[in-house]
Amino acid sequence: MAARVLVGVKRVIDYAVKIRVKPDNTGVVTDGVKHSMNPFCEIAVEEAVRLKEKKLVKEVVAVSCGPQQVQETIRTALAMGADRGIHVEVSGKDYDSLGPLQVSKILAALAKKEEASLIILGKQAIDDDCNQTGQMTAALLDWPQGTFASEVAVEGDKLKVIREVDGGLETIKINLPAVVTADLRLNTPRYATLPNIMKAKKKKITNVKPGDLGVDLTSRLEVLRVDEPPQRQAGVKVETVEDLVGKLKEAGRI
Amino acid sequence: MSNPLRGEVVRLYKNLLYLGREYPKGTVYFRERLKVAFMKNKDVTDPEKIRKLIDRGEFVIKELEALYFLRKYRAMKKRYYDPEH
Repeated sequence: MAARVLVGVKRVIDYAVKIRVKPDNTGVVTDGVKHSMNPFCEIAVEEAVRLKEKKLVKEVVAVSCGPQQVQETIRTALAMGADRGIHVEVSGKDYDSLGPLQVSKILAALAKKEEASLIILGKQAIDDDCNQTGQMTAALLDWPQGTFASEVAVEGDKLKVIREVDGGLETIKINLPAVVTADLRLNTPRYATLPNIMKAKKKKITNVKPGDLGVDLTSRLEVLRVDEPPQRQAGVKVETVEDLVGKLKEAGRI
Repeated sequence: MSNPLRGEVVRLYKNLLYLGREYPKGTVYFRERLKVAFMKNKDVTDPEKIRKLIDRGEFVIKELEALYFLRKYRAMKKRYYDPEH
């Protein structure tokens, strides 16, 4: 039975915000833009909290990597029911190049340090859409993984995970300790209301540096350029079928 | 002014204001209408009526939470999942 669950939460640009590319094409505009917890991470937190409410786990620890602002995201996780938080301080250039490889190394180190037996993450972040952190973390720890989980059930010392795959649903049974990544239909996350946020202020957030965990943050990737997707061309209206055929021929489509 | 319930009303207002930050039509739009809605009932003194209004406020909170969830769920579904599913 899993005693401690580690939940990774990522601070991303809010899903409803219209993204704008920086004029120098090095990235997207983040200054002054509304940020919030990655939606799939919310689902991950909710699942962990539900496991605790069912008394299947004893403690839920929320983890986030980044600068000072990620503490807001950790606080949201605490407001949703996590017991304590860990803020891994990463800022500046290190934060810009922080990706799944670095985060999974950090999570693996933390899982060993905190003696966690279950890690729940969102399946992917809506900003980079990598869908890699869960898988890499499992590989680094040599733990089994249940990715794209739409249902998780504890069965003794094993975990039954129903995964959303292209052909439908796949049910697997994996040993604990394990890594699970949450898919959209896993659960309905609760809203972190103001009273819950206030109560969560009493919960602790500890600060950790990647160096303390023995993690090297160097990235093997370099972002060369960021561009907007091509603008949608306006549609053309035609009067008759002959016109349509004519236009299609013109465009070389038929 | 009904003193014991005043605290509850103020708390309700603060909770709604916090929720309004994510309102699709904008925080300002929400805040203006919230203020108007509360001010309309500022002279109510009957504790029962006040309780009913507070309950209505709690109901609106639940409605907003549902709205926010549905909006987010639909956006995620549209972006990440095949339209056939």
